[in-house]
Amino acid sequence: MAGLMSGFGSFTHAVVRAVPQSLAKEALRTGSQEVDLLKVREEYDEYVSVLKHRLGLEVVELPADDALPDSVFVEDVAVVCGDTALITRPGAESRRKETEAMKTALTELGLNIVEMTDESATLDGGDVLFTGREFFVGLSKRTNQRGAEILADVFKDYAVSTVPVQDRLHLKTVCSMAAPGLIAIGSSEPAQKVLKIMQQMSDHKYDKLTVPDDYAANCIYMNLPGKGDVLLHCTPEEFPESAKVFEKLKDHMLIPVNNQEKAKVDGGLTCLSVLINKKNNI
Amino acid sequence: MTTEVGSETDVKKEPEKVPEVQQQTEPQQTEQPDKAADSAAQPASASDDQPQEESQSAEAKSDPEAAASPEPSSPPAAGGQKKDKGISRFLPPWLKRQKSLSQDKPAESTEPPRQESVEAVKEEHEETSQPKEEADGEGGATTSTEQTEEVKEVKEVKEVKEVKEVKEVKEVREESRAEEVQVEEKDKEEEKSIGSADTQPVREEKEGESEVKESEEQTEKKEEKKEEEQVNQQETSVLSALKLKKMKMVVCHVTLLDGSQFSCEVEKRAKGQYLFFQVCEQLNLLEKDYFGLSFKDNAEQRCWLDPTKEIKRQIRNSQWQFAFSVKFYPPDPSQLTEDITRYLLCLQLRQDIASGRLPCSFVTHALLGSYTLQAELGDHDPEEHRLDYISDFQFAPNQTKELEEKVVELHKSHRGMTPAQADAQFLENAKKLSMYGVDLHHAKDSEGVDIMLGVCANGLLIYKDRLRINRFAWPKILKISYKRSNFYIKIRPGEAEQFESTVGFKLPNHRAAKRVWKVCVEHHTFFRLVSPEQPTKTKFLTLGSKFRYSGRTQAQTRQASSLIDRPAPYFQRTSSKRISRSLDGAPVVNVSDYSQALTAGAGENGPSLELNSDSKSPQVEVVEKPNEDADTSLTSETAFETDKGGAPERKSKLRVQGENIYVRHSNLMLEDLDKTQEDVLKHQASISELKRSFMEATPEPRPSQWDKRLTGSPATTLRLQAQGVPQQTPPRPGTDSRDASKPPVVKTEMVTISDTFAAQKTEISTKEVPIVHTETKTITYEAAQLDGNGDGEPGVLMTAQTITSESLCTTTTTHITKTLKGGLSETRIEKRIVITGDSDIDHDQALAQAIKEAKEQHPDMSVTRVVVHKETELAEDDD
Repeated sequence: MAGLMSGFGSFTHAVVRAVPQSLAKEALRTGSQEVDLLKVREEYDEYVSVLKHRLGLEVVELPADDALPDSVFVEDVAVVCGDTALITRPGAESRRKETEAMKTALTELGLNIVEMTDESATLDGGDVLFTGREFFVGLSKRTNQRGAEILADVFKDYAVSTVPVQDRLHLKTVCSMAAPGLIAIGSSEPAQKVLKIMQQMSDHKYDKLTVPDDYAANCIYMNLPGKGDVLLHCTPEEFPESAKVFEKLKDHMLIPVNNQEKAKVDGGLTCLSVLINKKNNI
Repeated sequence: MTTEVGSETDVKKEPEKVPEVQQQTEPQQTEQPDKAADSAAQPASASDDQPQEESQSAEAKSDPEAAASPEPSSPPAAGGQKKDKGISRFLPPWLKRQKSLSQDKPAESTEPPRQESVEAVKEEHEETSQPKEEADGEGGATTSTEQTEEVKEVKEVKEVKEVKEVKEVKEVREESRAEEVQVEEKDKEEEKSIGSADTQPVREEKEGESEVKESEEQTEKKEEKKEEEQVNQQETSVLSALKLKKMKMVVCHVTLLDGSQFSCEVEKRAKGQYLFFQVCEQLNLLEKDYFGLSFKDNAEQRCWLDPTKEIKRQIRNSQWQFAFSVKFYPPDPSQLTEDITRYLLCLQLRQDIASGRLPCSFVTHALLGSYTLQAELGDHDPEEHRLDYISDFQFAPNQTKELEEKVVELHKSHRGMTPAQADAQFLENAKKLSMYGVDLHHAKDSEGVDIMLGVCANGLLIYKDRLRINRFAWPKILKISYKRSNFYIKIRPGEAEQFESTVGFKLPNHRAAKRVWKVCVEHHTFFRLVSPEQPTKTKFLTLGSKFRYSGRTQAQTRQASSLIDRPAPYFQRTSSKRISRSLDGAPVVNVSDYSQALTAGAGENGPSLELNSDSKSPQVEVVEKPNEDADTSLTSETAFETDKGGAPERKSKLRVQGENIYVRHSNLMLEDLDKTQEDVLKHQASISELKRSFMEATPEPRPSQWDKRLTGSPATTLRLQAQGVPQQTPPRPGTDSRDASKPPVVKTEMVTISDTFAAQKTEISTKEVPIVHTETKTITYEAAQLDGNGDGEPGVLMTAQTITSESLCTTTTTHITKTLKGGLSETRIEKRIVITGDSDIDHDQALAQAIKEAKEQHPDMSVTRVVVHKETELAEDDD
């Protein structure tokens, strides 16, 4: 029987969405770099392959939609915890419609769907860090207080603390969970500030894994049957110094995943999937 | 700093008392005469008719007094007395003091009652700063606030003078332990009981805060007075019988966690503890420190019943209806020793969940519900347990069919699980809920935004709606305080920061602010400290309330429960929900056997000294001797080193503002004291050792040391005598005693004394009592350890500077204590003035001002003794 808050990192399904043609030119980005669509697709394929073949997850792939250039970053449109899925209201107006396909998919997966209908609320999944024991919600350009409140209302079991995010797109642009109780954090000032706030706000003690590059702090932790601790992280080619830090996690199954091209449109590793655990759901 | 000015006031008081009460104009008669008069009066009061009359008159007097000013008759008399007696007078006062000391301990029948009473009062007053007189050039004129108050008290006392008095004394002491909150309450209580006289000063000072309260208080007071009168009469009769045993009984109704009602008869003046123990005994609960009794106040707010205080005074006009509930939610219920404790915790949590106070998700509702079914119904039985079998249970605030189905589905999966296991599983999941054990209070932030303050085991959480927007762990908090309806926390500076910051929250009203503060003090102590802080008996300065959590800490209760050695008690699990629905069948237990209950309670408490003493509290006869000793020691703490130089007068115009009540809790700051500091403390002068020795439970005065130390000053000598007295005279029943809930070890303070000569006083024979000005700088630090190094060193004072950035404010508390000793009644009036301010405040000046004001308020009274405690906070060296 699954107890409350057990099985952090244990997943059975992943929802992804194919890369639309429009991504290269129309996807939102904080920088102004040219994006090579082919490379993006290569990376995406590799990513899906890792989930599907290497890790054995059931991967649900939503069809690409050229009308939604950012739709490959599915993380922002749904927050799933346990058997409940909160369909968000993305902060970027152009992304609001991305939720439809996600909602359908998650419904089919049997999750309890909660939609964020409040028009004053915005929330990007990229601002939501679930540590296994609590939520941190970044208050950013994409996520507001009301959005966080709704999330807190949906996941009542957990403490939901707000963390101001400045100079970065999302909370998880600078951090993520690298293991239970271990927060991977970038070393920039905004990142460290975020970490400090999170530590102060929490009743729990977290260890930190500091990486030189903020982007590299975005990794994916899983705990899978037969594989143990699994960590998808940046490649040495992209962030050599940060990769070395990850390589010190001896007990993890380390899987470098190339994300160079998507990073140009602010896409991190976590952005590309919504992970779900169906087995342990009550 | 403790300044004790003694003799003058006493003298005055005595005369005053005499005239007023009995109208015996015996101003000239010095102590002895006074005593005689008192004794006469007391006996008279004891007799049925007279006492009542007196009391009534006194009350009548008191009311007017409250409204206006002191009684006319008394002042002149007092003055005359003083003059006449001259030196002899002075001497007597000191003696009186001594006596008072002795009285405090065990009652000394031999000594003149009046003196004793006065002295005692004074002693109690110590906490406050009540400079005696004009004699001191330094602080400005020290007013005789105390004296005035005392006088009033005396009158009242005379009226009542009986068992009640004794009780009151106890209460006062207890209250003193209890800190700020209690103090306030005390005031009210005292006011009520006493009459209006005291009220005025207190109110004035409190002004800002308690305007509303005042009106309430007044009404309450009146009522109480009436009650008291009645009681007094009864008591009087009792006294006449020479037995204090007879008490008025009241039936308390306690709602237990399973929804059943428990009824229990308690003496009307019983303390909260008594009732609590009754309930625990009924429940067969040993690990009781996590629990408490609560009641609804007039505003329908839930208040915790303070175990150390009288029930009646806490509930005021509310009904004697209480709820037994969890007060401190154990973060790890698996560490509880007994299943019955876990069961009770489960019941509480089920209530919390069903009421929505503990929010959880659908899945969690279902899971917890399923454990509830397993614990209470056992394995799922398809034949017996159809779907409707669970409709009697409430698993969630809004229970749906879907939820019930889920619960049943999960229930089936628990097959084979014992009730105890199911409870344990229930708790393992419930404890992870984010709001588990969080006590929420509505508030506004500095910008007026609605927030919630959540007090929990780890600290203070700030919520906006459901979001946690800030969190202050206990170690981060240096100080918590409340003023009016504001609640403040001072935050330890972060690594990069230089200064601590203070965060303020606005509560709906003053009571709410006090409530949060109190809850914080309790939670901090329970979860964070190894042992409760000793309420500074001594009454060290004390800015603010003396309220402290007096029960066992979690560490202590864990230790105690590890010693539990009994077969698991049998108990029946029943859903509170179902029981409440079928109230007819609810078990109602009546306990009317007073004595039995008492015994049982006492027995249970074995491990904790405080508890023991508390349990005894209901019986007047049980005078706590140990306490008395403690008190004595406290007194002794006012060690005198004679400095000829009085405190320099400062002309600064620091003014004591009467409006603010400032309460503060210094312990938080102290918890991190490092060893270095302790070492420093060890260097303490021998005085501290002396004090310590006094503080130890055993009354060993060590006169020789004192002699060495305190050469020449008559006062000193007297005190010594007083201290010795307790030993000589065994405490009598009926004597006022102080609750001895204090553990033997008092860690505390260091006294630095700059003192005007006590001897000089004697020589000064003017009306104005010579002022013995003793400045005692008291540093109270709470060491979690019980080691004896309680004395702080001057060096430690450095920290004082960091203390407060807030404006100067003053709190005045008045305690009136009446005691019956061997047919004699004693009245003690203690007025406590707490001045809070920045470190650079001229305390002397402020004090003088305060006293002056008090004097003006009560022209007819004189100050007997002034004790000034200057409390400086310790700096935390370590992080």
